[in-house]
Amino acid sequence: MSRLMMCLIAVLFALVTASFLIGPAALGVGESVAALVNGGDTPAAMVMREIRLPRVLLALMIGASLGLAGAAMQGYLRNPLADPGLIGVSGSAALGAVLSIQIGIAGSVAFALPAFALGGALIGVFAVLLLAGPRGSSLTLILAGIAISALAGALTSLVLNLSPNPFAANEIVFWMMGSLADRSMVHVAIALPLIAVGAVMLLSLKRGLDALTLGEDAAAAMGINLHRLRLTLIFGTAAVVGASTAVAGAIGFVGLVVPHILRPFVGARPGALLWASALGGAIMLLAADIAVRMILPERDLKLGVLTAIVGAPLFLHLIYRTRREGL
Amino acid sequence: MSLLQVRDLGVSLRTRKVLNDISFNVAAGEMIGLIGPNGAGKTTLMRAILGLVPFRGVSSLAQVPPAQRGKHAAWMPQAREIAWPVDVRTLVALGRIPHQGTGAQIAPEDTAAVERALDHMGLADFADRTATRLSGGEQARVLIARALAQETPLLMADEPVAGLDPHHQISTMRCFADLAQAGTSVIVSLHDLGLAARHCTRLLVVHEGELVADGVPQEVLTPELLRDVFGISAWARMTEDGFVLQPLSAL
Amino acid sequence: MSSLVFVRTFKSLKRVIAGAFLASAIAAPCFAQMPARVVSMNLCTDQLAIMLAAEGQLVSVSRIALDPHVSAMATEAAAYPINAGRAEEVHVLRPDVVLAGKYSSRETVALLRRLGIEVVQFDIVKSLDDVAATMMQMGVALGREARAAEMAAAFEADLAALRADLAGQTVEDMPRAALYYANGYTSGDSSLAGEILAAAGLRNAPAEAGYAWGKLPLEMLAMIAPDVMITARRYPGGSRAEAIMDHPVIGSLRGASTAAALTDHDWVCGTPFVLRAIGDMIEARSAAEGDG
Repeated sequence: MSRLMMCLIAVLFALVTASFLIGPAALGVGESVAALVNGGDTPAAMVMREIRLPRVLLALMIGASLGLAGAAMQGYLRNPLADPGLIGVSGSAALGAVLSIQIGIAGSVAFALPAFALGGALIGVFAVLLLAGPRGSSLTLILAGIAISALAGALTSLVLNLSPNPFAANEIVFWMMGSLADRSMVHVAIALPLIAVGAVMLLSLKRGLDALTLGEDAAAAMGINLHRLRLTLIFGTAAVVGASTAVAGAIGFVGLVVPHILRPFVGARPGALLWASALGGAIMLLAADIAVRMILPERDLKLGVLTAIVGAPLFLHLIYRTRREGL
Repeated sequence: MSLLQVRDLGVSLRTRKVLNDISFNVAAGEMIGLIGPNGAGKTTLMRAILGLVPFRGVSSLAQVPPAQRGKHAAWMPQAREIAWPVDVRTLVALGRIPHQGTGAQIAPEDTAAVERALDHMGLADFADRTATRLSGGEQARVLIARALAQETPLLMADEPVAGLDPHHQISTMRCFADLAQAGTSVIVSLHDLGLAARHCTRLLVVHEGELVADGVPQEVLTPELLRDVFGISAWARMTEDGFVLQPLSAL
Repeated sequence: MSSLVFVRTFKSLKRVIAGAFLASAIAAPCFAQMPARVVSMNLCTDQLAIMLAAEGQLVSVSRIALDPHVSAMATEAAAYPINAGRAEEVHVLRPDVVLAGKYSSRETVALLRRLGIEVVQFDIVKSLDDVAATMMQMGVALGREARAAEMAAAFEADLAALRADLAGQTVEDMPRAALYYANGYTSGDSSLAGEILAAAGLRNAPAEAGYAWGKLPLEMLAMIAPDVMITARRYPGGSRAEAIMDHPVIGSLRGASTAAALTDHDWVCGTPFVLRAIGDMIEARSAAEGDG
């Protein structure tokens, strides 16, 4: 377990370093480090501190958020198919974010953007849990997710189409697929508080999710307050996914792939999977963000495209296995 | 000293009364069989005692703050749920959750309790196997070990022997009876009147939401009760191996 | 000196436009080859047609001509009935000639031609040298060749004067400018915007760094650190594409050491208004040189 932690942290460290060093402005290693540490008014310092640093930080924060939210939802629903992107939470958060931008409040009030995204995400999580139910089958979960994703996506398109801004209509791709291109420390500041609060909430579920391995009744009899656990899960997930989507758009499959890969390494314990998935999510998103910058750097490939290419086959495999097991 | 007091306990689901005016005490070292036909309210009674469903009346266990209840009673629901492919030792260790604070590390006494529970159920060789890949009977034993690891004065199990082969049915009931002899009180619900007659020190009979009989098996399982509550006739005899009851025909 | 040029540019521009309106006001005699009803369905043909058409000749302009962000003649366009570029509504107007862009909907253009309407398609003006030719093409399409020739000659004369002012200046002395649009796009030298910069005596710094067209990575912009930042005027309602202009890097580039300027409707089409755009850039350039 602690060896897994060390491995994940080592990989994460390597990726952070790579992410700092890769970019169209061909800066040397020494130059990059000096610019990052010393700051100042030089172009190199601007590149390192205002462009690459926020990008690295956001990849870490958002990747960790998505991995953590996926692990927590799967633990609660006792279903490996739960992912904030797939079940429509990210889509609803995107709808909230788009609304706040188009009604103009995001421009005047700094925290309106994450707040609206949080609101959208809350409605999304709540609707999914209501439709799928805590003991709902995989089928109801996925169907509820499809319905909510479709509705949120359609409303997002509608809002963007009605916008007086000619660029807005083309941005459906960003909101559906996500990107970290050209984000700034402003976005870090917007997203960090909500992500921090949400992450603390989700990590506090460790004991409860472990107990839920035995079912709701057994967990309740062991002193787990299921009502509080459910509320914490809803708000925690909405906070991390809402804040992430507000600044980077909806990025799918991270919350599906990461817990699935790491589950065997933590002995399948849903509580231990929380920390591991946070680290794993950060690794996956950082790697994806490095990849979009190396493959076709001039095309601004969307992160969600890469995560879906990795995640969708795994999702299909999981569906197939779920069907075989007759769930 | 009584471990559990239940006074005038009643449960209504929507407008229907499921349980009515149920009262009994449980003392240390009792092996109690909770019997009754399908739908009599056995599961609801146990869940009400644990405070898992709203009820009228008094259950001394439900008066304990929810977070502390897990130190007083262990509960095995009928559904043998193991959601994730954890290994047996990890699963059994989940029984220690009520004794650990949030995020607390596993203490030596927790490890010791888990090993005791594994030994008790003869699972030492299974400890590193994946729980979800075991057979139904093996999973049932693992889940019993999990409840044992909780090391509570009271253990409640909802139909723990349903679906087990005769060997495992008997050994499971024996295991509960041994626990009772060692001082832990056990309440099990079950349908097999033969097993109930043979292994329990006391039987509670629930019929249409009422507690209709409470006592030692040979006094409770009268031909009249079997006829009125279960609609069967049975052969019952005190033998040199103890009380034996064999249901014969449906009436 | 550059401000002198600017004043003169502006005057000549006024002359050109005023002349255009005067010419259409005194409604030239009806030439046999002059089409009576003309519908324009492209932003750039809208503006040239408004300037060159005879009174009553232009029946309708496109909706986008009303948008002050891209149309330099939004006020004038408001006097005309509007079309949204759909074949049906254009057909109902019974035009003799339809003016369209080269990249107007192929289906619409094909359908109109099948209905027997003459459609004249105009290429996108990518160079200042093409502006006069486009004016002439419009003159032919409208049967207003004389008026178009007048306008083209005035434009060429002003442009030549601007270029003469730059003669003798070396590229090294010129301030380095960067065009930076929504989504982080830029324009290279071989575009109308690039030529406007050149005509104003500004170097196109991203183009020199190899970013001739398309996306200019924000970090390259930071490394280029231009003397003049030229961004686009923003639209109402938000978009992520324009939100890039809020990035602190843009903020600091626009800050103390850098002159800032905006592109607007004058930059979009090959009309006499590009002279006004050049004038704005000359102003930005003198601001940058003043700082330097």
